[in-house]
Amino acid sequence: MPVNEPIIIADRLTKRFGDFTAVDNISFEVYPGEIFGFLGANGAGKTTAMKMLCGLSRPSAGKAVIVGHDAAADSEGVKRSIGYMSQRFTLYSSLTVGENLELFGSVYGMTAEEFARRRDLLCGELGLDGKLGAMAGSLPPGWRQKLAFAAATIHNPRVLFLDEPTGGVDPVGRRGFWELICKAASEGMTVFVTTHYLDEAEYCDRVSIMVDGKIEALDTPASLKSSLGVSTMDEVFRRVAASASRADN
Amino acid sequence: MSDTAINVSGVSYSYGDIKALDKVSFAVRSGELFGLIGPDGAGKSTLYRILATLAGPMDGSASILGLDVVGESRRLRSIIGYMPEKFSLYPDMSVMENLRFFASLYGSDVDECYSLIEPVFRQLARFPDRMAGALSGGMKQKLALSCALAHRPSVLLLDEPTTGVDAVSRSEFWEVLRALRDGGMTILVSTSYMDEASMCDRVAMIDNGRVLAADTPEALVACMDGSLYEARSGDMYRLLAALRSTPGVADCYTFGASIHLAVTDDFDSEAAKRHLAAAGIPDADIVPAKATIEDLFIKLTSHAGQ
Repeated sequence: MPVNEPIIIADRLTKRFGDFTAVDNISFEVYPGEIFGFLGANGAGKTTAMKMLCGLSRPSAGKAVIVGHDAAADSEGVKRSIGYMSQRFTLYSSLTVGENLELFGSVYGMTAEEFARRRDLLCGELGLDGKLGAMAGSLPPGWRQKLAFAAATIHNPRVLFLDEPTGGVDPVGRRGFWELICKAASEGMTVFVTTHYLDEAEYCDRVSIMVDGKIEALDTPASLKSSLGVSTMDEVFRRVAASASRADN
Repeated sequence: MSDTAINVSGVSYSYGDIKALDKVSFAVRSGELFGLIGPDGAGKSTLYRILATLAGPMDGSASILGLDVVGESRRLRSIIGYMPEKFSLYPDMSVMENLRFFASLYGSDVDECYSLIEPVFRQLARFPDRMAGALSGGMKQKLALSCALAHRPSVLLLDEPTTGVDAVSRSEFWEVLRALRDGGMTILVSTSYMDEASMCDRVAMIDNGRVLAADTPEALVACMDGSLYEARSGDMYRLLAALRSTPGVADCYTFGASIHLAVTDDFDSEAAKRHLAAAGIPDADIVPAKATIEDLFIKLTSHAGQ
């Protein structure tokens, strides 16, 4: 068992919309520095669960605690402790790379020195330093993704939420992005990631699979494969998700 | 008579200084399920806009069933069904209203096309009065495909229909496409999921506005026969680093639970294992691997970057 305290706690987390239970009593813990894969079929409840974990939606029952902050009672505390990046490009196209980063830095209340130090460090690591003056909208897809990663981690969050971060990215770019994820995790950042690329599930420390609002499987990729007697995470996903009864509507 | 359904010949298109398509050529045969495989930004959607007569090629020409996309655009529109990447139905019209509307635009009606769309539309038929804007992603996609089929087109143009869709639903969607193909329809479908190439009769691999290669998936990967291996050990991270300096390894990269090695002719797996053992990895296992379209894409694009 990890000796660390969990950094993400979902405790009987539930969300109902009318008589529909989108997230049904899920509980799990994620530990510092872990890469936690959050898988599930479309409509299984992943997005709803993630919104509650990020403090953007109140649970109907149960609770989520992120870096010690209750996601419902102290959603501002949660938001300061996390970074978020989605597949959709959500930065400002008509601002430069440097301006976008500055905007995010100021939103998180960073001091000028703190910001400059993080910006220089991240841009050096990502190879963005020559591009600070370029318009974000003019960047090719691979660079936009690096900029989005830099913006999501500019305040050095304890927990990084990644919602399908590699959708549509070319195979070489996808692998480069996972190297960034692994490096951030090795430096202590906790990464909570969703993906439809099941080869990427292999790179996670642990993986959960949601089916019909519940977590039906949660373990290391190796244990999930051996317990089902299959050789790939793709087969694991198909076996577990095949039990879904909820119609995708 | 040629049996070419879609002919793309030297097509170029630019947005200002950015070259979206650079002399793209390929042909799709009648009754073929043809895949256009490439990442975001490769130029796929621009090519679809040209084939759907929404943009004219700046150079080169394209035709569908012999009709030129510029000169005969009006006639061409009645024989194609086009499903754009972005959801383009009316969100404030119901499921049935959208379907009726698109059928009537082409002088067709729902009864006439129902047998064709039934396998796709079946699940939607349970809530005909729901507003299209209130559907889930998967259901929007099924409604969009139903509307694209409502006038029984000869050629179906699908731009990234499976983006953001989970693995199980993607497989189901491809079964629907194969059934339509078996019914005689010609289908051009684009995707950024490399593994979907195996569902196509033939594919064109596209990157940075250029066609890298086009053939059957089997023929495409055959060129890598004998030059691809896979490696595993207890410490995959150290293994990857050590393989990068192993003689005979041209490229290596993670591939799910293993590491794939593209090797040169003088590669010897026993010598490589000795090299790795000397580097402190005594448990490495290296065996020949079967190449996939993703391996070929990595090979073709990393060469382009050199």
